[in-house]
Amino acid sequence: MIYLTRKAEFSASHYYHNPEWSAEENQRVFGKCANLNGHGHNYTLEVTVSGDVDAVTGFVIDLKQLKDILNREVLDDFDHRHLNKEVPEFSGQIPTTENIAVAIWKRLESKLRPARLHRVRLYEMPDLFVDYYGE
Amino acid sequence: MKVYLTRRYLFAASHRLHNPLLSEAANRETYGKCNNPYGHGHNYFLEVTVSGPIAPETGMVCDLEALDAVVTREVLNQFDHQNLNQLQDFSTMIPTTENLTIRVQQILSRLPLPAHLESVRIEETANNSFEYAGAQEPRR
Repeated sequence: MIYLTRKAEFSASHYYHNPEWSAEENQRVFGKCANLNGHGHNYTLEVTVSGDVDAVTGFVIDLKQLKDILNREVLDDFDHRHLNKEVPEFSGQIPTTENIAVAIWKRLESKLRPARLHRVRLYEMPDLFVDYYGE
Repeated sequence: MKVYLTRRYLFAASHRLHNPLLSEAANRETYGKCNNPYGHGHNYFLEVTVSGPIAPETGMVCDLEALDAVVTREVLNQFDHQNLNQLQDFSTMIPTTENLTIRVQQILSRLPLPAHLESVRIEETANNSFEYAGAQEPRR
């Protein structure tokens, strides 16, 4: 078993708002993230896959294919987009780093065979990141 | 569902690695320049990882302001700009970053936190880092 991690970056805007709460409650819980005009981040995504090394190619996964999958499944939809308004997963849930990481996991999980998706790590800022293992 | 969230903090402190039970020569042999008599310092990066389910109403695993408040009060305010050797925490323990990491994990594990504490990781320099998850193995 070997683990391979590929990094990618995307820039996107979002805001945090629970429509079932008052404006005051949103402000109290989400602070400056509640500004409905939105704000943005440069997100760094690290996708780790695991699997056996192929005896013929020496690869656990073809890096070019992995890059194409990340672009097609994630970056094309997320990069330079407003997550609340343009990414369907967030029409009904708040695009926190936690929820974005889980959404990315769900988009990638079945696309990487025969390698296995091991971890999605998403940095919102250098001092804040989330890990999801599909647990 | 279980999501892990890691928050990164910075503090600066000095230390000297010296075991009074060893000879001067043995200390020098063991600790090298870390044994220099007047100590030296580092900018330590501390990573605190917590875990839990995502609360549907907030989309969050942890109230970050609450986590920051605990870590600032109980760790950063205790260690930042201090000489670690002079602190009660290290009165009987050499302030290696191994011991510092364990100490910070022990401090945080005994406090009520806004999410479950998974592990503590400290970078002493860009080349050295240490991780402690208590009884469990750190995640890969």
